[in-house]
Amino acid sequence: MERIYLDHAATSPMHPKVIEKMLEVMQSTFGNPSSIHSFGREARHLIDQARSVLAGSIGAKENEIIFTSGGTEADNMALFGVAETYQHHGKHIITSEVEHHAVLHACEKLEKMGFEVTYLPVDEKGQISLAELRAALREDTILVSIMYGNNEVGTLQPISEIGQLLKDHQAKFHTDAVQAYGVEKIDVNQSFIDLLSVSAHKINGPKGTGFLYARSNVKLSPRSFGGEQERKRRAGTENIAAIVGFHEAVLVSNENREAKREQFIELKRSLIGKLQELDVEFDINGLLENSLPHVLNLSFPGTSVEAMLVNLDLAGIAVSSGSACTAGSIEPSHVLVAMFGKQSERLINSIRFSFGYNTTIEDVVKAAEETSRIVSRLKK
Amino acid sequence: MERKDPKNTRVVVGMSGGVDSSVAALLLKQQGYDVIGIFMKNWDDTDDTGFCTATEDYEDVIRVCNQIGIPYYAVNFEKQYWDKVFTYFLEEYKAGRTPNPDVMCNKEIKFKAFLEHAVNLGADYLATGHYAQVEYRDGEYKMLRGLDENKDQTYFLNQLSQDQLSKVMFPIGNLEKPRVREIAKEANLATATKKDSTGICFIGERNFKEFLGQYLPAQPGNMETFDGEVKGKHEGLMYHTIGQRHGLGIGGSGEPWFAIGKDLERNILYVGQGFHNEKLYSDSITAVGVSWVSNREKPAEFKCTAKFRYRQDDNNVTVRLLEDGQVEVIFDEPIRAITPGQAVVFYNGDECLGGGTIDKVFKNGERLTYVG
Repeated sequence: MERIYLDHAATSPMHPKVIEKMLEVMQSTFGNPSSIHSFGREARHLIDQARSVLAGSIGAKENEIIFTSGGTEADNMALFGVAETYQHHGKHIITSEVEHHAVLHACEKLEKMGFEVTYLPVDEKGQISLAELRAALREDTILVSIMYGNNEVGTLQPISEIGQLLKDHQAKFHTDAVQAYGVEKIDVNQSFIDLLSVSAHKINGPKGTGFLYARSNVKLSPRSFGGEQERKRRAGTENIAAIVGFHEAVLVSNENREAKREQFIELKRSLIGKLQELDVEFDINGLLENSLPHVLNLSFPGTSVEAMLVNLDLAGIAVSSGSACTAGSIEPSHVLVAMFGKQSERLINSIRFSFGYNTTIEDVVKAAEETSRIVSRLKK
Repeated sequence: MERKDPKNTRVVVGMSGGVDSSVAALLLKQQGYDVIGIFMKNWDDTDDTGFCTATEDYEDVIRVCNQIGIPYYAVNFEKQYWDKVFTYFLEEYKAGRTPNPDVMCNKEIKFKAFLEHAVNLGADYLATGHYAQVEYRDGEYKMLRGLDENKDQTYFLNQLSQDQLSKVMFPIGNLEKPRVREIAKEANLATATKKDSTGICFIGERNFKEFLGQYLPAQPGNMETFDGEVKGKHEGLMYHTIGQRHGLGIGGSGEPWFAIGKDLERNILYVGQGFHNEKLYSDSITAVGVSWVSNREKPAEFKCTAKFRYRQDDNNVTVRLLEDGQVEVIFDEPIRAITPGQAVVFYNGDECLGGGTIDKVFKNGERLTYVG
């Protein structure tokens, strides 16, 4: 059976160019970047090159990039690092109800540690309100963490406006850009962003690597202790092959960003158009405009997400519900709860389609046809 | 019935993470069916450390499915289970009876909600690791005891109908348990040596008293003989089942003491001496909610055998049909410790005819109100 992968927001396949570079490095460069000999220097050079490209991709300086094991670690490092360093300036943190769990669960832990967290609500489109953010800001607020674009429904937050609002406030501004990086044009200076999290595997790079951007005036207490890597902020020998792969993934992604955006928008249109043509009843969760172009979250009234996902998988179509489920516990998506309330039917009948560089119109048309077939069977 | 070619026949296997359902899935796969493993989560017992039995069991399902080479998924029926099985379970205890949640789970969850889910996934059949057999004979489906008499589970499946049986497979029903373990070991399945689960699924290995006490207030009261002699205190009537010896803690000389009956209004547990205490014996019952496997009309009165609890030897009985799915069951010989709330299941040789819930218990035409 031919399979179609429409779950690029969960993770994406590595680009052939990335694989090629990584293989090359794994075969040729094994030195420890901290070693003083030539083997070490070779490795160090690769990391420096990568760091330079990653920094450039968001308008940052090289010394503002900290390599991590991925988005989760970057988010954790930002939140716990800022909280610990700046707790003497206050213990109040602001975030939103629709953040990734890497931020939300970290916030819950911070609450247990004595910090106070305000969770901003969102409207039906998934956006926070600037007025509510302004009202929540206090003198003792030390951190505001609002995601760039939502991983489940794609909605973009008013990042530059938030940055503008915070630029004269002591609070540091962190944004989880894991899902937005690579499709949105990000500039940390224009948007007054202090900290930003990115993951490699969402942009056709390898898993297990990512970075945290931390503006040079932001002091972060370290989360791991040992060697002096990453200016003592993240001890541990670097994963060179992954970092080189990340580097290549960013190059590929930057090169094609505009074309890719247009391709994704076209895919969205085709998928929606085909569903309409097939007379499938659905609603869009979130926005069509002002949304990540590769994420499309649809609600299919009268169906159940469990049966939909399994049926689609058995038909070779890989999609997902917003939240991962383990051992049959489908926690209703906290993002959809925040948008539509706990009672909404959408919590149990919504599915996320997400596209990648190798997704074709034929793929989404096929997916729409299978969806239509399954929806009509389930509604019987 | 004519069956499709296995490779065009989709079978959903309900997998619990135990050896029986693992082998059921393996056998179907070997027979060439399009097999899908699905784990059902009905209960959440996550503790403070994050440990949840269901998570551990699902891990085993994943391992086995990957070994066999079939896709696996999980489905959540916690809400349905709570509404249809657990609520009933508590209500029955409150009413002084001893419910059988496994019968209810099979009727409402496994072979209803789960079967519907399987059909929604395009399945032709739902298979489980039960020790029972389905045969299409003389124009209808028969449910037969599992080949392994020791393991036969038709007692719990007594409510299944023709429609359900037409969509059900029991791939290990024709095997002895030791052979099932052997097959699992030969295939090196991750669950080959896993201990069989015991007890009621949602309570598992935990203390039954403690568990029930979380949901129902225990009302301590007196233990009395039928002559009104107080023999001590009980912690709550719901903790005692008719005919049981343990947990009474009555010392003294003579034969051991047994729970014999309950007076709900006075919150009294009746106790008496001797395993064969005559008060424990009855000679007929009425049963409610009776369901027959066959749709064909039954004679108004017929002889067959019956079990009044799981693993009991068969008893010769006469069944008389009453109105509203009720029956009267008259025993050839008096039977000890019949417990209202438990299932009565009827057999003709190896064939399970159906069953119902024990309601009222009689001796010499007189109702034994003290058993419930």
